[in-house]
Amino acid sequence: MPRISLTVDGVRYDDDVEPRTLLVHHLRERLGKVGTVVGCDTSNCGACTVLMSGEAVKSCTVLAVQADGADITTVEGLAGPDGKLHPVQQAFHDRHALQCGFCTPGMIMAAVDLLAENPDPTDEEIREGLEGNLCRCTGYQNIVRAVRDAAAAMRSAAAPQESVPIGGGA
Amino acid sequence: MIPSAFDYARPSTVQEAVRILSEAGEDAKVLAGGQSLIPVLRLRLAAPSLLVDLGGIAELRGVSESGDELVIGAMTRHADILRDPLVARYAPLLAQATATVADRQVRHLGTIGGSLSHADPAGDLPSVSLALDAVMTIAGPAGERSVPASEFFVDYLTTAMQPGEVLVAVRVPKREGWGTHYEKFNRVAQAWALVGVAAAVRRENGSIAEARVALTNMGTTPLRATAVEQALAGALASADAIASAAASAAEGTSPSSDVSASAEYRTHLAKVLTRRAVAAAGGIDAA
Repeated sequence: MPRISLTVDGVRYDDDVEPRTLLVHHLRERLGKVGTVVGCDTSNCGACTVLMSGEAVKSCTVLAVQADGADITTVEGLAGPDGKLHPVQQAFHDRHALQCGFCTPGMIMAAVDLLAENPDPTDEEIREGLEGNLCRCTGYQNIVRAVRDAAAAMRSAAAPQESVPIGGGA
Repeated sequence: MIPSAFDYARPSTVQEAVRILSEAGEDAKVLAGGQSLIPVLRLRLAAPSLLVDLGGIAELRGVSESGDELVIGAMTRHADILRDPLVARYAPLLAQATATVADRQVRHLGTIGGSLSHADPAGDLPSVSLALDAVMTIAGPAGERSVPASEFFVDYLTTAMQPGEVLVAVRVPKREGWGTHYEKFNRVAQAWALVGVAAAVRRENGSIAEARVALTNMGTTPLRATAVEQALAGALASADAIASAAASAAEGTSPSSDVSASAEYRTHLAKVLTRRAVAAAGGIDAA
């Protein structure tokens, strides 16, 4: 069996895998990363989306051997070490951007990927950007609002901190 | 479901890939980005004994210029095509169509070579390669050979490549002075095209000097709409002339009827979409 080395959510794992093992099964069943879910059998739903070397992929449509050497981020690796939620996670929470929650890990990872490329998307760009992810609770309205909020939060966090004059000095 | 068991090879050169494939015979499959093949394996519609992964072959990635052509490595990903300045300048039709392929996640892994080799008649890039007069560079045990797109797509999911051969590059003539457009019709996000039309138009004074029109999903292979091309050559660059030429878009096609659309509907779409694609490519208001 080929031996692969993956960094998942900041931790390195070396494992022997059967070539037919899908990345999502490796993550869930070998590494215990069950935050990433399997929602369909046809590569449509996007629930299993993770970042591979910084880009969103459907982990049900990648062989674990193809990912050898890659840096993988799952939904479990987004929050800070202190448990502080990633702005996209926080916005999904605040906006109630989920009902059953099954699509949420994939939606969040796809949104993180979209915002890395386009920090200020229009609603239409958000919808296009998330077209690889299906929500069957008809929750798209709040998902789009959450991504818009997260984009604004991330932009303001990234903006250079201006020194605020105190006491109206001239 | 998970795929049935297979052996796995990850060569680092084209030569090594060809050697492994030649020794393995017909039961081996080439793995490019996997975005068509892995779903097929997972549904167990195919059960190859060996997968030869081209992902480790650096020479197959990237876009370069060679004289009048762009040379696009077969393992260049859709996402790379969308960002490539040479493609944007010399083959914007390819970028426009690639942007409609599946979704972001799939475009991060899927490759141009994989898409063309899979030869799905509903895929967007086969018809684009026809409209651009692309030429495929194929490596095999006897060395390299070139096959024009017009001879590459042989039948449903079937190309002119033989077992033991690998698509290494797609060569696209630089199209300066041509207008292009890809018109795709589908009903829901990430769906395949019910019908798509790739058009390239070169205008001269008030006329259309030359046109290339290719159809997605109007038969078992992508098809050139030669009757439309002939009607457009030398025609006035007007909405009427385009509408009249587009009326023969379905000539010589054999669209399927399936759960998404009837053959009659596809025939109708081919004409409407051809009119729109040619008008957009020629910068003509089709009103």
